[in-house]
Amino acid sequence: MNSLAEARPVAAQAMLKVKSLSAWYAESKVLHGMTFDVREGELLTLIGRNGAGKTTTLRSIMGIVRKRTGSINFSGQELIGKRTFEIARLGIGYCPEERAIFSSLSVRENLFLPPVLREGGLSDEALYATFPNLKARAGSQGTKLSGGEQQMLAIARILRTGSRLVLLDEPSEGLAPVVVKEIGEIIHGLKAQGFTIVLVEQNLRFARQVADRHVVVENGKVVDILTNEELSADMGRIKTYLGV
Amino acid sequence: MFEGISTQLLFGQLLLGLINGSFYAMLSMGLAIIFGLMNVVNFTHGAQYMLGAFVAWLLLNHLGLGYWYSLILAPIVVAGFGMVMERLLLRPLQNLDHLYGLLATYAVALIVEGLARYQYGSTGLPYENPISGGVNLGFMFLPYYRLWVVVFSIVTCIVTWLLIEHTKLGAYLRAANENPRIVETFGINVPKMMTLTYGFGVGLAALSGVLAAPIYQVSPSMGSSLMIVVFAVVVIGGMGSIMGAAVTGYMLGIIEGLTKVIYPEAASVVIFLFMIVALYLRPAGMFASKESV
Repeated sequence: MNSLAEARPVAAQAMLKVKSLSAWYAESKVLHGMTFDVREGELLTLIGRNGAGKTTTLRSIMGIVRKRTGSINFSGQELIGKRTFEIARLGIGYCPEERAIFSSLSVRENLFLPPVLREGGLSDEALYATFPNLKARAGSQGTKLSGGEQQMLAIARILRTGSRLVLLDEPSEGLAPVVVKEIGEIIHGLKAQGFTIVLVEQNLRFARQVADRHVVVENGKVVDILTNEELSADMGRIKTYLGV
Repeated sequence: MFEGISTQLLFGQLLLGLINGSFYAMLSMGLAIIFGLMNVVNFTHGAQYMLGAFVAWLLLNHLGLGYWYSLILAPIVVAGFGMVMERLLLRPLQNLDHLYGLLATYAVALIVEGLARYQYGSTGLPYENPISGGVNLGFMFLPYYRLWVVVFSIVTCIVTWLLIEHTKLGAYLRAANENPRIVETFGINVPKMMTLTYGFGVGLAALSGVLAAPIYQVSPSMGSSLMIVVFAVVVIGGMGSIMGAAVTGYMLGIIEGLTKVIYPEAASVVIFLFMIVALYLRPAGMFASKESV
């Protein structure tokens, strides 16, 4: 099924291997044995309906959801059992769905809050070149920005830390089409710069424009994995999963 | 209204109010910092203040180390005690209801005070004034030590505020205050930060205790009698608002002092009357940000 993807130049070795991942919120089991991998330099989406377990998957990778079994291997290191800050220090950046811009911090403080953990992150100049709006509004309170600007800030701040893998949770959510397009271009640019990206999306059109492969999630399980070409060739297949 | 009130009395009480306010400010600032980051209502704060004074007394009487050494050493010693307490007692309670932290810190306060009373009795121990003398300002006599306390406390509050509002470390603290989980995803060891923050808040309490030693008696109950007012200050200022806590501390000290001149009978309740009015007008506290209302 993945022969196409494996032939792609991007299909280097797996950077992140998720195997039989189950996760719980308190007593309720949300993930039921997720298995997929993310290759170096790849842009992978997790798509599926609301409540399918996409966000929980990212939160499990980051260790925000503590109760989890199975294996999450990042560049040879097992993440299960590690604390969130230890996982982040291995080089994983996380942009949460709620964006989590800090209202008691200025835009500049928000942007420079995450410490540089390793080399290879964007320089301050490159960052401001990619996000000119943030420079213009550096002194404002973080939450005074528009939704789109807050989203850009939430992405921008994890790019200077040197993280090689970035997890983006629904960056297009609740934004106007023109802003979604802008964010799509930014994500495209990040991929071109060598970032490996896992993107949680419900917006199929948006996902198609940026992704290499798509992992379809349903009821806390992976039900299908398709390349972007396969997706474009057979939209019916995915629409049955998403129920659209 | 001020007719018949001597300026001597007025300024005397104003100074006293400012002194009390200095302690209210420093103590409530520590409480606000701890509450802001950890959501712990630190009922041990008064006992930690008392410990600061006791450590100063012990250093002087057993090791011969004077006031100026104590000003540095006592907060470090008591902060160390606080950090051990945070790791062993508060961290396991972190994910439970606030009430557990409140009860646990209250229990520690009772134990520490009880031990101090058992060892040293409830009458206070004297601590020599390190800066004797004063200056006659014409309208009043100003003891140098009291001037030192007011200036030192104002400087401490401003430095603490600058540290929190204008440094990277402070930005971590403010961010973790809002959303500790996300701050942790940036690779920051938030649990360690909590331990250090608790230590810092406790250190501030102990520092106040050292400052207080030469003015008040060093006694086991010196903290608990002050804490009721300090909690009122924090509530009025807005839980977790650092500047609010400090400004309210000085303000209430002065209001209390003035009340002693104008209508002495009300002096012990004026702060609580003020609290009722302030909370009626601004339920989240006078300096709380809009979001938390």
